[in-house]
Amino acid sequence: MPAAQLARIAVLITALACAAMAAAAEIPLDQRRSDSSFVSPDTRAMQNDGTANPGMLAVLDGETLWNEKAGETHKSCADCHGDAAAGMKGVAARYPAFDAQLGRPVDLEQRINMSRAGDQKAAALPFESKELLALTVYIAHQSNGLPVAVAEDAQTTPFIEAGRAIFERHQGQLGLSCAQCHDDNWGKELAGNPIPQAEPTGYPIYRLEWQEIGSLQRRVRGCMSAVRAEPYDYGAPELVNLELFLMWRARGMTMEAPAVRP
Amino acid sequence: MIGRALIHVPATAKRGDVIEIKTLVSHIMETGYRIGVTGQPIPRDIIDDFVCTYNGEEVFRATFYPAVAANPFISFFTVATENGTLAFSWTDQQGATRVQTAQIKVE
Amino acid sequence: MSRYSRRKILQVSGALAGGGALTRLSIRPADASLAMMEEAVRKAIGNAPIEKGKVKLDLPPLVENGNSVPCTVSVDSPMTATDYVKAIHIFNEKNPQPNVISVKLGPRAGRANFSTRIRLADTQTVTAIAEMSDGTCWSDDIYVIVTLAACVEDPKP
Repeated sequence: MPAAQLARIAVLITALACAAMAAAAEIPLDQRRSDSSFVSPDTRAMQNDGTANPGMLAVLDGETLWNEKAGETHKSCADCHGDAAAGMKGVAARYPAFDAQLGRPVDLEQRINMSRAGDQKAAALPFESKELLALTVYIAHQSNGLPVAVAEDAQTTPFIEAGRAIFERHQGQLGLSCAQCHDDNWGKELAGNPIPQAEPTGYPIYRLEWQEIGSLQRRVRGCMSAVRAEPYDYGAPELVNLELFLMWRARGMTMEAPAVRP
Repeated sequence: MIGRALIHVPATAKRGDVIEIKTLVSHIMETGYRIGVTGQPIPRDIIDDFVCTYNGEEVFRATFYPAVAANPFISFFTVATENGTLAFSWTDQQGATRVQTAQIKVE
Repeated sequence: MSRYSRRKILQVSGALAGGGALTRLSIRPADASLAMMEEAVRKAIGNAPIEKGKVKLDLPPLVENGNSVPCTVSVDSPMTATDYVKAIHIFNEKNPQPNVISVKLGPRAGRANFSTRIRLADTQTVTAIAEMSDGTCWSDDIYVIVTLAACVEDPKP
């Protein structure tokens, strides 16, 4: 092969390698925007209209479950926590939260199941079940308008960093990292849809693609499959670490569950 | 199964006003064209009839086909004629019906 | 099937093969076509001639997700006891079924206008037809581009 052609190839490979290894640029705090700002105006209007937002149907179901007696104790969530609007205000904004007994953070779904098992003596609800999603979105909805406020302290920092490592890691057969799309190329189009920053302020979301409500874990697992990586199982500590990192990354942004997304 | 519906009707209106009503009902609207995990199409299961009555008189009716999106949303208008009850009923292809009502005060 | 010429079937099959934007989980009868839509229109409104006008069909020209497309129809009509819209029908040409929704109105509606969300399986023209109390029919149509979601996922779980 002629030297000039070899040289050109070498330059190309170096350029690609540099691009791949360049550290993902964190989004400056003041440039962060809700994922709602990347959807169509119609979808945004759907989200903001309480009668048009299909996620609100799950919030209704969650309200029913909140007041339903369950388990051997025959108690409802309301029996201990009272009216959710007061009792759960601000709670979802702090999750995932560190659990001292487990020595690691848990997300809202896990916390609900821990309460069901520990306090209600009721069976855990399966991940991504209609019931668990309904309770989760009902609780998350009570934090609407409030700023994301997960704890950043000696206990949580190692898990935030573990989540960050996953976010920045190249994975799957496509060798893509979350950061490459959501830190480096947010706002640009991918197959006709704008890439959002991936701020999880609206979860659980009603996703038009799913035609139903779903969790952040479901969304992340979908992305992992899309880059041809083996997705973590529901409830895996890696997923909770990533959730924690994403919420930390969105600190101070406004909670808006249930969001509507394409 | 027809789930619950969210309904928005203004609580009060002036006689003769044209008011907007919005409804959103929980239903999968399974088209019958999706292939399930077995490799067979999932059977069709849709709401096909929606009726709104105002003090018993029909003021709006819609026939839904599988092309209506899941969790059917429909908004429409009606003239505020008198105090009373707006009744909304959704019927699926098996004939099961769900009815919900809303009150309106017309001055 | 005999009413369709062999040529027409080949044309339609070609369009389907080239279209591409089908969700991999759907089946589609091979004869989903303009002919089916025309048949559905006639079944709904009979033989009345259809004129363009009076009807405004609102759909986003580029759809974010074909599973849920916001759709509004409004018809220019005084909606009085003697001059009103009695029905509005929406049809499509590329879904497995040509009908989308049919709405029955009367003078009590006050306004001939309704909104809903529809499913569109592919890039296509969507048509709205209004039947008036005097027996005339009016229509509007919009060409809508439907893309697949960027990252297609495996079905739940």
